[in-house]
Amino acid sequence: MARLNVNGAVREFEAEEDTPLLWVLREQLGLTGTKYGCGIAQCGACTVHIDGEPARSCVRPVSTVTAEQKIVTIEGLSKDGSHPVQKAWAALDVPQCGFCQSGMIMAVAALLKEKPNPTDADINQSITNICRCGTYNRVRAAIKVVAQGGNTRSAGLAIQHADGSTT
Amino acid sequence: MSRGDIDTPAKAVANPSRRRFLGTSAAAFGGLMVGFHIPFAGTAAAQGGTPPEINAWVVVKPDDTVVIRIARSEMGQGSLTGLAQLVAEELDCNWAKVTTEYPTPGQNLARNRAWGNFSTGGSRGIRESHDYVRKGGAAARMMLVQAAANEWQVPAAECRAANSVITHGPSNRSTTYGKVAEAAAKLTPPTDVALKDPKDWKIAGKRLARLDTVDKTTGAQIYGMDLKLPGMLNAAIKDCPVFGGKVRHFDAAQIQNRPGVKKVVQVGDSAVAVVADTWWHAKTALDALTIEWDEGPNAKASSAEVAQMLKAGLEANDAVVGNQNGDVRAALASAARRIDAVYSYPHQNHATMETMNATAKWTPERCEVWTPTQNGEAALAAASEAAELPASKCEVYKLHLGGGFGRRGAVHDWVRQAVAIAKEMPGTPIKLIWSREEDMTHGRYHPITQCKLSAGLDKNGNVTALHMRISGQSILAGVFPQNIKDGKDPVVFQGLNPPGPEASIGYGFPNLLVDHAMRNPPVPPGFWRGVNLNQNTIYLECFLDEIAHATKQDPLALRRKLMANHPKHLAVLNAAAERAGWGKPLKKGVYRGIAQTMGFGSYVAAVAEVSVSDDGVLKIHRIVAATDPGYALNPQQIEAQVEGSFVYGLSAALYGECTLKDGRIEQDNFSTYPVMKMDEMPAVETVIVPSGGFWGGVGEPTIAVAAPAVLNAVFAATGKRIRDLPLKNHSLKRA
Repeated sequence: MARLNVNGAVREFEAEEDTPLLWVLREQLGLTGTKYGCGIAQCGACTVHIDGEPARSCVRPVSTVTAEQKIVTIEGLSKDGSHPVQKAWAALDVPQCGFCQSGMIMAVAALLKEKPNPTDADINQSITNICRCGTYNRVRAAIKVVAQGGNTRSAGLAIQHADGSTT
Repeated sequence: MSRGDIDTPAKAVANPSRRRFLGTSAAAFGGLMVGFHIPFAGTAAAQGGTPPEINAWVVVKPDDTVVIRIARSEMGQGSLTGLAQLVAEELDCNWAKVTTEYPTPGQNLARNRAWGNFSTGGSRGIRESHDYVRKGGAAARMMLVQAAANEWQVPAAECRAANSVITHGPSNRSTTYGKVAEAAAKLTPPTDVALKDPKDWKIAGKRLARLDTVDKTTGAQIYGMDLKLPGMLNAAIKDCPVFGGKVRHFDAAQIQNRPGVKKVVQVGDSAVAVVADTWWHAKTALDALTIEWDEGPNAKASSAEVAQMLKAGLEANDAVVGNQNGDVRAALASAARRIDAVYSYPHQNHATMETMNATAKWTPERCEVWTPTQNGEAALAAASEAAELPASKCEVYKLHLGGGFGRRGAVHDWVRQAVAIAKEMPGTPIKLIWSREEDMTHGRYHPITQCKLSAGLDKNGNVTALHMRISGQSILAGVFPQNIKDGKDPVVFQGLNPPGPEASIGYGFPNLLVDHAMRNPPVPPGFWRGVNLNQNTIYLECFLDEIAHATKQDPLALRRKLMANHPKHLAVLNAAAERAGWGKPLKKGVYRGIAQTMGFGSYVAAVAEVSVSDDGVLKIHRIVAATDPGYALNPQQIEAQVEGSFVYGLSAALYGECTLKDGRIEQDNFSTYPVMKMDEMPAVETVIVPSGGFWGGVGEPTIAVAAPAVLNAVFAATGKRIRDLPLKNHSLKRA
């Protein structure tokens, strides 16, 4: 039995040492929010946090992560979707198909932790996740919403939500 | 419907966001996911009882929750929300209490296709079902009102419905949809159903938030790849890398003892699959297996050979006509000036973020498939055929799609494979997932074509004749050969058709000939978001730009002259040009390009502003895009589709190319098939100019103007005319 600390809990599992962390998360631990997109760290759909740093879990052998290191997946970013990045994403209807968005959100959350008010150049450099639906402009708008303290109206999208609010 | 069969995950995969908090917290802290109690919780069945179905489209629960049935697939394009808006508008229900669910293809079959067509491609989700889904909503409203009127013993005409509340003014009584739903469900459906005037819309036409967003921000959304069934095993597959090749030999014993491996099976005559406890075990075992291939007749096929074949088609005599007026050959012969150019467009992979996958369970009596599909009915047909069981003994459960773009619509090759593997292990659910490499090298590719354009001009630079000879691949020949009539694939001519409601050319030429010499290379074609509108618009719009520059005319002015009899095309072109400030000075080093087209029922135009550095680096600064979709059902989602269309269209223009070597596709992952990322994404301003009276799609048409607007701007910036894509193969460096 090997151990990992995932989303604040110690989890036991069995897998060969060279199994990518992604597949341990998805298949051994049942955390399917983290996605397989390319398997070669090109697309970022598999992004998780390891000790607060964004990591592409599809190329990270599970044996290189110790039981002491803290892994956070999209399921553990917040208990109830209330992380500022998740809230901005929902307010601006960022996702289309949504498949890349777990990784996108994890990459953005890590960026904003390091740089709470990133420039466009910072965003371009750090957010290299692939989205085939083409949500990039809303991703950028949502990052700026978070940087500006969560003022969702600042994006100017005028989206009407079912609860009567407008963002 | 699926009510009552709680053991199948058929329903409500389009998760209503209102269940989100329950699902999220469970997913985050509940640990190992067993079965599907999390994503499928909260369905009618799970809550017990049978809420009344008012009609095929509308279920109303006692708590006034309205479940709207959605026949088309949601793959990111927003149709799920848009279709719900249409039903809810006519239903006059409380939008805050709307949820959705997919009826299954099997149910559609059993109920004489009560939900009509499931096909979700060609931007037809809304434009081809708006009428009957609105009528479904209106009929349900009439029945609910009638039920209340019956209860109160008053004429229905005296009752009003709004926001899921029915009131009878004269007696000052009111009730809710949930309270009368059961009685309403027993009434005879009305035959005469009137629809609202769009100017009275309160839900349709509004910038409403999508119904399916929140679960996509928490990891709770279950895609096909995420499905887990009790007792399920996982499969990885390798199809012959050469199109048309076969398996010659493999020795299962070579990998039988690897961890988790359960079975090694040949699938059809061309593929080998490994079934294991986990997909990672299956995939790594398959990678370790030596497979000898019989590479067949295409073993030496190459892109150069294909290009040669297409080039010959440009001058061949076996072309079929798609559009013509006047006498092009005579007009070209007598023209004061003639301009010719040859363009080409390569194969492209859809590269959906979620690779192809399906879970299948087969027994001699029944076959069930869970899969992300753009066409549940086509998936059911494929499952039935592969299972060798009648469709009535099969079922397909549509799961959320991690992208579609046409790959998951017409051909369900991955479903056939999953069923074939499941047949080898009766009773065990098998989840087949394609690796990215498998997905890239076994696509259904955007067709490859070349186009020779010849224009005749009079001495004043007016275009008197245009001949467009298209040579190349037919999608229908590869996908629906039965639809080829007299050697003609009408889809080839998208955007170049005679005047009419679909994909019509926006210009009047005194003499016009558009014809096609079909040349099909050994690469399977498919419908790729935007389809043939993509390259046809590049050909025509870039060539018109060439004519404009060659005759020293403004590209916009030249187009306007040719568009006198095409007011809808012209209005959208003008809308884009005006917003972009066409003709006004730009920052030094920034240049504009313009393009327009019509397809999938909508009129679109774009202006691009670009600069090119001395060392050839292209920067796209700004795009202005105008769309006339007739009616704008949800403007904020139209904007999302337009922005996304530039990512898809510009990824293709800048990078997209699948090349053939030794019968194989050379690009096998995003490392060799790059796509646009955040750093290259321009600002996009979307101008929606709905002129009413028709319904056009918005998921695809804008893709077609992305490349030509940018390529025309690149010419303005550099004097370099790019006639064969992608742009990455060209240097834009200043000489």
